[in-house]
Amino acid sequence: MTPSKPRVRLPESAAVGEVIEIRALITHVMETGNRTDGEGRRVARNIIHTVTAHFEGDEVFKAELGPGISANPFLAFHMRVPGPGELRVAWHDDDGGITIERYTLKVE
Amino acid sequence: MRQPPGRVDRRTLLIATFAGAVAGTATVRSALAGGVVSDRAAAALADPAPLTPTSRFETAFADIVGNATLVEGGDLSLELPEEAENGNIVPYRIGVESPMSPDDYVARIHLLSTQNPQARVATFHFTPLSGQAAVQGRMRLAKTQEVVAVAVTSTNIHFVARRLVHVGIGGCGEG
Repeated sequence: MTPSKPRVRLPESAAVGEVIEIRALITHVMETGNRTDGEGRRVARNIIHTVTAHFEGDEVFKAELGPGISANPFLAFHMRVPGPGELRVAWHDDDGGITIERYTLKVE
Repeated sequence: MRQPPGRVDRRTLLIATFAGAVAGTATVRSALAGGVVSDRAAAALADPAPLTPTSRFETAFADIVGNATLVEGGDLSLELPEEAENGNIVPYRIGVESPMSPDDYVARIHLLSTQNPQARVATFHFTPLSGQAAVQGRMRLAKTQEVVAVAVTSTNIHFVARRLVHVGIGGCGEG
């Protein structure tokens, strides 16, 4: 399943040096691989295994996720604002799919 | 408080944490229900099995901490509900007090389950650009268990925190 509907919330602008919160949510089944279907067959694992956040190319946060993360994975993390620029959030799934979203942050 | 490394100490701590948690639950419930200990607390006392970590957890934990000296609690906080009706969606919040400077920052936080089919729930990586070593999300819990967080600083200090969560309907899609 292709991940869809990514939503990231961050302030439109912030002061240099301020620590802001970033909230990222995506729609995904996060199939654990532990489940069997109605006929006893194992349902293959299909999860988002990595989420990364970069600001102007520098890593802000990375999450390696296992099947113990709930469906529609939500993450809240932080960034100390180094200046204006672009935040890039990427979700990587077991099918090799990568969903990338970009957001512009202004400084006050 | 610094704890010497070793399985015996960790087990003792797990048991002590468990006993404390059950005693605490029973006391609160006794006060509310006029001396009647809840069924759940009684069941927990009768059956300590949920608190014996899986071998998968033991292996994963050992892989993460190696022979490092563990600091119990300290600047690491792990927040989870005491009771989770739905094990499919259990909110967690983890944070470590840290200057998050290039010389001294929290590099990683590991989130582990002592009872799920997979012990490693997540590993979060931080940099000085993170500003704050804190993360929130939602996890699955297969059954009542302790959840464990390990934070590792850039100076290689290992903090450990544990929380007991009573689970109503288990998550993880087993069965």
